[in-house]
Amino acid sequence: MTRKQKRLSVILAGLAFLGAAAGLTFYALGQKASYFYMPAELATASVQPGQRIRLGGLVASGTVMRGNGATVAFSVTDTQKSVKVTYTGILPDLFREGQGVITEGAFGPDGVFVADSVLAKHDERYMPKEVADGLKAKGVWVESKSQ
Amino acid sequence: MVETGHFALVLAFALSLVQMLVPLVGARTGNQRLMAVGGPVTVTGFALTALSFAALASAYASSDFSVASVWENSHSLQPMIYKITGTWGNHEGSMLLWVLILTFFGALVAVFGNNLPASLKANVLAVQGMIGAAFFLFILATSNPFIRLNPAPIEGRDLNPILQDLGLAIHPPMLYLGYVGFSICFSFSVAALIEGRIDASWARWVRPWTLVAWMFLTGGIAMGSYWAYYELGWGGFWFWDPVENASFMPWLAGTALLHSAIVMEKRSALKIWTLLLAILTFSLSLLGTFLVRSGVLTSVHAFATDPARGVFILCILTLFIGGSLALFALRASQLTAGGLFHPISREGALVLNNLFLTTATATVLVGTLYPLALEALTGGKISVGAPFFDLTFGPLMLPLLAIVPFGPLLAWKRGDVIAASQRLMAAFALAITAMLVTGLFIDGASVFAALGVGLAVWLIAGALTDLAVKSGFGSVAPPVMLRRLAGLPRSVFGTALAHLGLGLTLLGIVATLCFGTEKILTMRPGETVELSGHTLRFEGLTPQKGPNFTEDRGRFLLISDGNADGAITSAKRFYPVRQMVTTESGIRTLGLSQLYLSLGDENSDGSVVVRLWWKPLVTLIWGGGLVMMAGAAMSLLDRRLRVGAPAKRRKPAAALASPT
Repeated sequence: MTRKQKRLSVILAGLAFLGAAAGLTFYALGQKASYFYMPAELATASVQPGQRIRLGGLVASGTVMRGNGATVAFSVTDTQKSVKVTYTGILPDLFREGQGVITEGAFGPDGVFVADSVLAKHDERYMPKEVADGLKAKGVWVESKSQ
Repeated sequence: MVETGHFALVLAFALSLVQMLVPLVGARTGNQRLMAVGGPVTVTGFALTALSFAALASAYASSDFSVASVWENSHSLQPMIYKITGTWGNHEGSMLLWVLILTFFGALVAVFGNNLPASLKANVLAVQGMIGAAFFLFILATSNPFIRLNPAPIEGRDLNPILQDLGLAIHPPMLYLGYVGFSICFSFSVAALIEGRIDASWARWVRPWTLVAWMFLTGGIAMGSYWAYYELGWGGFWFWDPVENASFMPWLAGTALLHSAIVMEKRSALKIWTLLLAILTFSLSLLGTFLVRSGVLTSVHAFATDPARGVFILCILTLFIGGSLALFALRASQLTAGGLFHPISREGALVLNNLFLTTATATVLVGTLYPLALEALTGGKISVGAPFFDLTFGPLMLPLLAIVPFGPLLAWKRGDVIAASQRLMAAFALAITAMLVTGLFIDGASVFAALGVGLAVWLIAGALTDLAVKSGFGSVAPPVMLRRLAGLPRSVFGTALAHLGLGLTLLGIVATLCFGTEKILTMRPGETVELSGHTLRFEGLTPQKGPNFTEDRGRFLLISDGNADGAITSAKRFYPVRQMVTTESGIRTLGLSQLYLSLGDENSDGSVVVRLWWKPLVTLIWGGGLVMMAGAAMSLLDRRLRVGAPAKRRKPAAALASPT
């Protein structure tokens, strides 16, 4: 093979390779990325039971129930609607009633959201960015809450 | 002292402007005296930056709360070690550390680069000066660590508790040594493009720098991973968090660069590609700095969010990546192409390696940036996590890992894949055996687990086969063999060690993911729990007081064969200044495996939620990283890099072999 043919074959192989990787990437983005919702948005979004999503909002005050063992039930609210969530495990250190939280998991057939991870990652104001943005968009962001 | 540091920083910025302009003009006009300005200016710039950093560190050490940065990130009750590490445990200080390392590397080139062609050295220093100037300006304009407060507060606001840890003392400096180390490769590439030619001394300079940067980046990532593992209390070692990906992308690209630079140095092929990779690797380092420092991501690394900073770094990013790629597009055609080789050869294997690694880098890049782009364009919020990377990054890595052992056994220019396969027979048999044993004799082993263990053993055995073949194991008498082994170039050991480390890391990952067990339960004092053959008895909670925190320490007794075998403690800590609770995980290392437990909330009836994990061979994940670092260090000690190969010009790079 001449130098040109050789280069061409390397480039073609590289492109085929990249194409395969790109296809895989797009497929994975469609299938494996989980969308973020606030409770009120769930009414319009068609989320199937079993579909992985991230649910964010505030932990509704007075709803945290520690059952038997390590299972905890609580409600996540955006002040308009709220969703019941159960989680088995250790809650993050920053988990508190009335504060922002992001849970990841799927709805069970009974409409209760079964979370397998609970994040209370935060900035200085104890509010995950997605939740703060969502609350602001709904106009229920109370500035005093963030002080 | 603080004002001295501030002044030194401004002076260093001014010098970086001189450094970026004067040598460049000198190289352009062929003026020796102008070119010679670069060296002393670079060294002085480093000295001033070091002075500035020392001033900030001393303000932290003496808890000078009249400095805003100290007030926000320190407290007088903090232990001294965390007062000092707090210097870079915040946005401003960590950026100062960034430029300190940048100017340090620039000064190394200035001091040890006397054997470089004068114009190349001048251009390299000028490009370093440009990067330095941009970041000095960034610090002075948006992130000045020396801003004073008047009146000075009496007490500071404490360092973020999860950063009050020894891991933090080591992780950022190591990571930055890696990130910024690639700036030298970048500067050399841009200098070569400015000059319009690449010669042999170029390759001999770039390779050791790549090795140094790669070694530190490997260490930085491994350290960060271990820190997250024990400090966050989730028991995970990698989360595919955007911040982790930010450091992983330059590592992948740097690994590709490391391999293509070998081809370039030995065979003077792949020149243009290597140059492009060097530019891309540092671009990814800059992108990492942007992602982590701009506040577009919410994470422990985004110390404070200030849109001005993000925009500023974005400008730097665009300027350097866009500028260097434009220069590449203009000048690359002037560079001469290198030697020819057969597809099945060492070069061919290394090209394949590059193909896999750069594609893998691209998938990580997409997975990291796509959520940001989607949110900016449509406002939709998605999260891309482990499931995405398992599906894209995983399939790319498996074939790459499978071909790793072939690479070093193929000859340059034209290799014999059958001969290489014959030599790898023993390693292959071993891998198959490991796979079968795992699949058939370990309960609950999945196909994936068996495959993973087989692949890891294949890598480890393949690396050892390389050494065995090259020392003539089995074909010559043992004394001769040992003599040959001792006489092998250090870079051969370096390669074998790095590939061995990769195998160890893989083994650790597979074992932990596939054979690890966990339990979540509530325990009362006196109760026992059994996990994977280990029995733990909960002894109870005791309140304790630390220098700047209070904690409830849970004590667990490990019982082996009916006898007490030491205690494991895990604690819930409360830091009153920041009103923050953290979990201190309890870890007991047993051989290469670890028993990991973390304490949850106390229930009203006095019982405590406890989560415990058995993590088999988990230490190999980071141990493998250390072995990879050792491989890079071994390669750096290679005679070739110390004295150089025969060539027309006098040898550069002599001192570079051990820059630290």
